[in-house]
Amino acid sequence: MDEVFKALADASRRALLDRLHARSGQTLSELCDGLDMSRQAVTKHLAILEAADLVATIRHGREKLHYLNPVPIHQIGERWIRKFERDRLVALNDLKRRLEKRDA
Amino acid sequence: MRKPEFVYVTYIETTPEALWRALTDPAFTKKYWMNCELVSDWKVGSPMTMKRDGEVKNECEILESDPPRRMAYSWRSIHDPDMKKEKPSRVTYLLEQQGNVVKLTVTHENFADDSKTLPSIAFGWPMVLSNLKSIIETGRPMPVEAAVVVSTETAHQRGSAA
Repeated sequence: MDEVFKALADASRRALLDRLHARSGQTLSELCDGLDMSRQAVTKHLAILEAADLVATIRHGREKLHYLNPVPIHQIGERWIRKFERDRLVALNDLKRRLEKRDA
Repeated sequence: MRKPEFVYVTYIETTPEALWRALTDPAFTKKYWMNCELVSDWKVGSPMTMKRDGEVKNECEILESDPPRRMAYSWRSIHDPDMKKEKPSRVTYLLEQQGNVVKLTVTHENFADDSKTLPSIAFGWPMVLSNLKSIIETGRPMPVEAAVVVSTETAHQRGSAA
């Protein structure tokens, strides 16, 4: 999880994730297009994002395609957010069940 | 060849054999897959159904099966009339041992144009895979609430395709 936070602690890398979120399955050239970053810098950032499992890559024909991988981000949410959200959902469910029972 | 719509990766501390069992045992999938049982003999050409509370949500067919390395199946969501009409999409699992972890890559592709299934998929996979990792590594799944399950099935109605 350290790697995820380190990878996210950089505006350029977040910008790359935003681009992949907007359009998944991009090549390195597509990702560089219109960005104020050298191809070398983008390559370096992508390697860090991939090591943190925030970017997944596949070979597609002769191209290497990059995808935003939301699984680690989901895990962060589960770890710290859902715990609180859960109680509210359970309470709402109970309320719904009670009210529906009463009306039945 | 169109490029895949979704590629998900998770690294799990386990063996390919144990992960394969976790992916194919209905009693186990129920624990992490939004309460769904995935039922099949997992042989090429066989049907596979995803059932929740006895109701079939998705109808699939096994397209490739090479335990414990690779699996592919077609996916048709039948719990919604619009989704039911769409051509089936395709799911592929790739399991690769890397030291003491297994890299699981899930690719979901070949969706119909303007697919209604696609947004609900986008919502569901990260949850399923992070639950799977959690249950294998800690023995405990993340709790899945009925409200969350319902929201995945209706994600397409909120227009959250992005």
